[in-house]
Amino acid sequence: MEPIIKVEHLCKSFQTKEGTVDAAKDISFSIEKGDIFGIIGLSGAGKSTLVRCLNLLERPDSGSVRVNGQELLSLSEGQLRKARQSIGMIFQHFNLLMQRNVLDNICFPLEIRGVSRGEARKRAYEYLKTVGMEEKARAYPAQLSGGQKQRVAIARVLANEPQIILCDEATSALDPQTTRSILSLLQQINKDYGITIVVITHEMAVIQQICTHVAVLDHGSLVEHGTVREIFESPKTEAARRLIIGSGSRGVDRMTGRRTIRIVFDGQSSYEPVIGNVTLAFGTPVNIMYAATRDLGGSAAGEMILQLPEDREIGDRMITYLRERKVIVEELDDMPGDELSGETEE
Amino acid sequence: MIREFFNQYGPMLWEGTLDTLYMTLVSTFFGYVLGLPIGIILTVTDQDGIHPNKVVYRVLDIIVNLLRSVPFLILLILVIPLTKAIVGKSYGSSATIVPLVIAAAPFIGRMVESSLKEVDRGVIEAAQSMGAGTFTIIFKVLLAEARTSLLVGVTIVTGTILGYSAMAGTVGGGGLGDIAIRFGYYRYQTDIMIVTIVILVALVQVLQAIGMYISQKLDHRKA
Ligand SMILES: Nc1ncnc2c1ncn2[C@@H]1O[C@H](COP(=O)(O)OP(=O)(O)O)[C@@H](O)[C@H]1O
Ligand SMILES: [Mg+2]
Repeated sequence: MEPIIKVEHLCKSFQTKEGTVDAAKDISFSIEKGDIFGIIGLSGAGKSTLVRCLNLLERPDSGSVRVNGQELLSLSEGQLRKARQSIGMIFQHFNLLMQRNVLDNICFPLEIRGVSRGEARKRAYEYLKTVGMEEKARAYPAQLSGGQKQRVAIARVLANEPQIILCDEATSALDPQTTRSILSLLQQINKDYGITIVVITHEMAVIQQICTHVAVLDHGSLVEHGTVREIFESPKTEAARRLIIGSGSRGVDRMTGRRTIRIVFDGQSSYEPVIGNVTLAFGTPVNIMYAATRDLGGSAAGEMILQLPEDREIGDRMITYLRERKVIVEELDDMPGDELSGETEE
Repeated sequence: MIREFFNQYGPMLWEGTLDTLYMTLVSTFFGYVLGLPIGIILTVTDQDGIHPNKVVYRVLDIIVNLLRSVPFLILLILVIPLTKAIVGKSYGSSATIVPLVIAAAPFIGRMVESSLKEVDRGVIEAAQSMGAGTFTIIFKVLLAEARTSLLVGVTIVTGTILGYSAMAGTVGGGGLGDIAIRFGYYRYQTDIMIVTIVILVALVQVLQAIGMYISQKLDHRKA
């Protein structure tokens, strides 16, 4: 089956006063129908540019963007408008019509399609129920919290019965708890309606909660992509490592000059035995700097950052010992500490 | 004495007030008939508008700036031939409407442009992402979302045109301005001058109050 989104050799640059910015450099990837596909990168990596190329809010300089087997770049204005109706988009700042109440906001896409007013209201109300906001039908966006606004925005997108929903930092303006509830809602929608979802974020936690696949963007290039588990367990590039490790261990002071490793293991088993055994086997304690169990799209994974004893040989042996026990080990020594603090959007 | 004054001049002042209102409201209306499209085109064709078009924007921009920099009194005289062609005469309230409209339209165009540019870029993009076309965006997003600001604009424009209509009265335009000049200035009847000024101020106040009230009523941006 053909992927629902297929991007090939996409390039986009902007002319600014400081010169040319290459926001997307020869990007190719595809997304299968029904996936929840994450695109992660630091602020300025080109995530928004890339996702906006998927519905041509931004026109690529070159390359190809195929959605549902249709080359978007060869469509006429009218055909593009039609195609956009099946590609919904939600935004960091919600972008609701402030002068319309909640119900009429959801009617808006239906008005564009020429659905009659009565019918539009009826359908809008159904979608409001889907997102659990039917009590706020008559409220205006200014009277809603951020999470509620995003729910309305999701209902508005659903009203177009899209096949794809693009989310550009859709939870970045929300607190962690609201973020989780919005992500759950998106996951539910993906399951119930089979809608493919593309999630743009600078937070690994978002990717971990709902994505099946992830692509890592760095300075306009797609440096790595695969299943969330693959990338999480063995990131191949510096950029991916920084995003993944930085996401969990913010604030961990790793400027000690000691040898540091990151280990990833099956989350079903708890981490104490692993460390306990290492300590017992070598008669030297290791320093646990960070430990967490994460939910990677339904299956658990444990992650730890350890500081090894100063003796280089014992350290090497510990790594071998862990690897023999199917624990994924990665050395972090070469990582400058200040780059780990993670960047935040606005 | 006051009774006497109003017996003598009341009907004339009343008629002057109606004339002034007539000139102001009709000019505002036709000002918007011309100015609203100007403002919309300026917004849409600007470089970060929904249909950027350098040529259209520059040409319109220059015309608007030129017209706005012509002093109103000079415009009054310059458009006399046009006024004659449209109204049939060059004096009286109806004749004054022509220069008022021509002076107001570019001003209104700018007011509309600045109101429409207040509309959040993100909301426009959201509409585009749903498949909205240019006309839908103009009417259902730009004009609808900017309505409070547009109405405040109408209020300001009406007050300004009222002032200009009084100025036009000085060159035979009719209305309160005409009365103020004929009696207050040429015949030194200060009392009439003062009364016309009071009426003008009251009119501006009332129009302002109505405009502000409606625009507040229609604004849902505050919780
Ligand atoms: N319209 C634009 N004009 C000029 N530069 C832009 C524009 N949009 C994005 N950029 C630049 O392109 C780069 C990528 O931006 P963006 O895609 O917004 O990144 P992200 O969403 O990952 O933070 C940045 O350097 C940004 O400054
Ligand atoms: Mg962005």
